[in-house]
Amino acid sequence: MNVPVPDPSADDAILNVDGISVWLAGREVLHDVRFRIMPGEFTGLIGSNGAGKTTLFRVILGLQTSSTGSVLVGGRPLTHRNPIIGYVPQKVFFDPDMPLRARDVVGLGLDGHRLGIPLDWGRRRQAVDAMLDAVDARRFADARVGNLSGGEQQRVLIAHALISRPRLLLLDEPLANLDIGAEGEVVALLARIAREQRIAVFISAHDVNPLLPVMDRLVYVAAGKTASGTTAEVIRAEVLSALYGQHVDVLRVHGRILVVAGAEGPPGVTFEETDGVAAGPGVVSL
Amino acid sequence: MNQVLRALFAPGFFASDPVHAALVVGAVVALVTGAVGVFTVIRGQAFAGHALGEVGSAGGSAAFLGGANPLWGFMGVAIVAAGLIELLGLHRPRARDVATGLVLGAGLGLAALFLYLDATSSSTTGVAVTILFGSLFAVSQQMLPSIVALSAVSLVVLAVCYRMLLLSSLSSDLAAARGVPVRALGIAYLVIMAVAVSLAAETIGAILATALVVGPPATALRLTKRPGGALVVAGLIGVAAVWLGIVLAYDSYYWPPAGHGWPVSFFVVALVFLFYLAAGAVTGMTQARRSRRSERAARRTASGCAEHPGDAA
Repeated sequence: MNVPVPDPSADDAILNVDGISVWLAGREVLHDVRFRIMPGEFTGLIGSNGAGKTTLFRVILGLQTSSTGSVLVGGRPLTHRNPIIGYVPQKVFFDPDMPLRARDVVGLGLDGHRLGIPLDWGRRRQAVDAMLDAVDARRFADARVGNLSGGEQQRVLIAHALISRPRLLLLDEPLANLDIGAEGEVVALLARIAREQRIAVFISAHDVNPLLPVMDRLVYVAAGKTASGTTAEVIRAEVLSALYGQHVDVLRVHGRILVVAGAEGPPGVTFEETDGVAAGPGVVSL
Repeated sequence: MNQVLRALFAPGFFASDPVHAALVVGAVVALVTGAVGVFTVIRGQAFAGHALGEVGSAGGSAAFLGGANPLWGFMGVAIVAAGLIELLGLHRPRARDVATGLVLGAGLGLAALFLYLDATSSSTTGVAVTILFGSLFAVSQQMLPSIVALSAVSLVVLAVCYRMLLLSSLSSDLAAARGVPVRALGIAYLVIMAVAVSLAAETIGAILATALVVGPPATALRLTKRPGGALVVAGLIGVAAVWLGIVLAYDSYYWPPAGHGWPVSFFVVALVFLFYLAAGAVTGMTQARRSRRSERAARRTASGCAEHPGDAA
């Protein structure tokens, strides 16, 4: 399943994060983070809530400055509003009153940052329809987006992010609050996009398991430090113990992975979840 | 037919200059507040809108004291208040609410002072009522060009920022990632809202201004799911409420207490509220019908029997 991928070279990388550290309110939230993502690769950003995943995304998006290190996107330094990057933020709340149909949200992905009123109706509609087809969202194109299910809303947001033809797609916890069926569908859709359109997908999650079948590489965040590589390379007791700064065990049960604090863990460590690596031992929440 | 018309429009309605002015001003202001108000509702800024209206009454009463038209006072103070709310409000929604409340309190304190001075200097209490509760029939004819021009500018600015406003209302993270200057856009929107609220304050009064900024848009959001459509429908609902309110207020001269007439603002606000309830009833009925239909369809599929006309009964 997890065939080792040859180490990507810096030249071709769509994303090259090189030794960034971020301080927020006097605390080092990310420490010396370094990894690369190649075009068309499916990469997971795994870590518990508050481990620094969203902060890392904000750095890549140019919304948060890092105190050290550099980030290259498509071989170029960071800019504010990078057209190469598509973004699906965490927890977009669609009010049922919102006067937006699914197709309106997708259309805003095309020109929502522009001034004025859209004029080229015909071509805009064609592009939106094609995008809706690509994410299998055509059948609810004209429904109020606030009335759609969580999985349907994720499809709409993915279409919103993809319609501007990015080469790197960042998704912040898109699987949170989805039921298992919708979760599998969204993961399959993203894997297909990465494969067919050669778009690098970088997806954050607190549970590694839903991504196991499709992930090429992963970046594991714990307490602001990261380890990256293939699943087999990273999800090992030695690597994760070093990250967490305490002993952890990695258990493989029925093709699923569980990361649990070892016997030497400090007393009073509680586990938020038992079905995935979310149970980061003693990770401080931000 | 003629009798119906005569019963609806009291004698002299179409010949009256104040009525003409009221119809024009009311329509223009309703269109602007409707369109601007859609974003007030979807951005969750109804409280800020209300505060700007009430704070504006400080400016309105001060302008009266200085002999200027209250509209300029409303607008000047509302725009300054919008800036203060943005400045004090930082980024967190809770801090913003507190900032809005603080600015509102300070503004109303000033209004209390100026209204007192107005009353003592002109020895009438009517000023306070006009500033706070408005009077469409008292809008001066000379203000018409200014009101139309301000409205047009507001609508143009709204059209220019339209897509950015939609995107940032959806998610400010998403908008920021796309390079939308979210903070500047927020300030620009507050200013447009301050102008719209001031126009509403000039027509139906500072305290009731929110009714026109929030009511028709909230009604429109129940009726349409298209963003552009919501702006238009909200404007039209506002125009309907204002015009019908003017007709009823004119008629009310013949209602008890005879010869006085009821305030037009009362009618406008009452109609806005009634429209909102009616829209809720309409959407409730369509939803119920739709769910009944799908339930029937599900039952038919389950029982495997073919559709026949008798089912509809």
